[in-house]
Amino acid sequence: MPLKFSHRLFGKLVRGAVLAVFTTLLAFPFYWMLITSFKQNVDLYTMENNPFLFNAKPTLDHLKFLFTETRFVRWLGNTVFVGVIVVAITLVLAVPAAYALARLAGRWGERLGIAIFLTYLVPPTLLFIPLSRVIAFFRLQDSLWALILVYPTFTVPFSIWLLMGFFKSIPCELEDAAMVDGLTRFGAFLKLMIPISISGILTVVIFTFTLVTQEFVYALTFISSESNQMIGTGIPIFLVRGDVYYWGALMAACLVASLPVAFLYNLFLDRFIAGFTVGAVK
Amino acid sequence: MAVASARIKSVASAQSPFLSTLMFAPAALYILLLVGGPFLLAIFYAFSDARIGNTELHFVGLENFRSILQSPSFRLAIRNSFIFTIGSQIVVIVGANILAIALENAFRGRGLVRFLILLPWVAPISLGAIGWKWLLDSIYSVISWVLVALHFYKPFNAPMWLGEPRLAIASVLLVHSWRIIPFSTVILLAGRTAIPKDIPEAAAVDGAGFWRTQLQIVIPMMRPILSVAVLFGLIFTFTDMTVVYILTAGGPFDSTQTLPSLAFALGIQGSDLAAGAAISLFLVPLLVVLAYFMLRVARRSEVN
Repeated sequence: MPLKFSHRLFGKLVRGAVLAVFTTLLAFPFYWMLITSFKQNVDLYTMENNPFLFNAKPTLDHLKFLFTETRFVRWLGNTVFVGVIVVAITLVLAVPAAYALARLAGRWGERLGIAIFLTYLVPPTLLFIPLSRVIAFFRLQDSLWALILVYPTFTVPFSIWLLMGFFKSIPCELEDAAMVDGLTRFGAFLKLMIPISISGILTVVIFTFTLVTQEFVYALTFISSESNQMIGTGIPIFLVRGDVYYWGALMAACLVASLPVAFLYNLFLDRFIAGFTVGAVK
Repeated sequence: MAVASARIKSVASAQSPFLSTLMFAPAALYILLLVGGPFLLAIFYAFSDARIGNTELHFVGLENFRSILQSPSFRLAIRNSFIFTIGSQIVVIVGANILAIALENAFRGRGLVRFLILLPWVAPISLGAIGWKWLLDSIYSVISWVLVALHFYKPFNAPMWLGEPRLAIASVLLVHSWRIIPFSTVILLAGRTAIPKDIPEAAAVDGAGFWRTQLQIVIPMMRPILSVAVLFGLIFTFTDMTVVYILTAGGPFDSTQTLPSLAFALGIQGSDLAAGAAISLFLVPLLVVLAYFMLRVARRSEVN
């Protein structure tokens, strides 16, 4: 018995050590952002200082600089603006399409579902060059509307895929009953299926929003002026002046912009995984 | 996937082609116009002399492909794309499997640990990469500071992590791994919880030790989910240009250039749309192969 006990204790210790090492490696850059954000420049740029300690008093200067002397707040606003409109477009396109694929289209539903799945494997880095010409054709260069036009190309396929699984898990008998009671099929979709699926729809809202904040390639290609940047491009490109990196402000910006996204994503994690596992887990 | 809905013949499963077309068409059109269209345009550009600011297009046959195949930076880009993709996936598979085992059983503080571990994946990657750029700074790198403090290097003599080709390649590879490990871990974790608990327990009763149970029973049972994690990991890394663009912008001397970053450098920054389009088309063959395997995984799990 004592042998078994010590065996279990050993297992626990190993597990604790593994978790400690991985958590440190994975979260360290964010811890470092936090530390850097509150350090004075004299402290940051004196090589003799131990970088793990505050060698000078902590300061709020970088945050102040970020919020008053840069366009950071504007970029946050741009990101929310694009995010909200892309969410709306995604819902309008993806919810009915997913329902049609899940319920109405039969065998074709499967095939089209797979086609949709394949389109979300098409990466922005394959399309950004021709799309830059499409954007130029519509005279949308350097406009947030260019992003609003293009972002649904990757948010819609993933959302359809997620919602399809969701609608399929709701038994058809519910709609049968509603239609027997006199609702049309479309009425049953609007008044019955959408309210039932509200948590799936919420997942799509959050997921679309996080995808918009994470996107980089299109924003880099289509947007040029400082005031029209999204957070993902404005921070790394416009918080650097010439060769001068404002590390304190940069790290503060990264942290402030990352944490809300990370928090939202975490709340809905299990549902996102369901979208990625392609039915390989049941 | 679609088992429950087809079993009982009901009003709701009766087909209504008109309505379903109407509901599906807007999304299909959008994707067709803005994914299918540009894709064809990319192929078209690759055989033309398209440049930004140039209004006339001429068909030039395979000229673009001939000239990029001869360019040394393209060869570097292809090589690096494979080094980063395969190298980081090896790190990810090992790391994510270990981490998933460690996270499997509940413990106090698991929610917090999961949140911290997930940060690299859920935070915008351009911001995570900027964080690494600071950690790997040529002068103020904290990693260098630690190595100097441990007397691995003399002061002011620590390596330039992003300034020497080999180190820059290793840095980009590891940042890719750092980003994908959380994603693969949660996918694998989902696969682990789906395995009935009595199977590994029975193996333990039969005398199989921890490693034997993991390697010979649990991991083989997770093969479909492991393939999903690997395939997505390969796609994300192979098609990414953010990490390289932020960390090194392809440098020093094109030594960390990848297919996407070179396509951007030539096609957008250098205005040579045709060359950029031709280079990005080299992503397609591997993507097709990966998509094929992805579908096989999906099909097989549907049959079971």
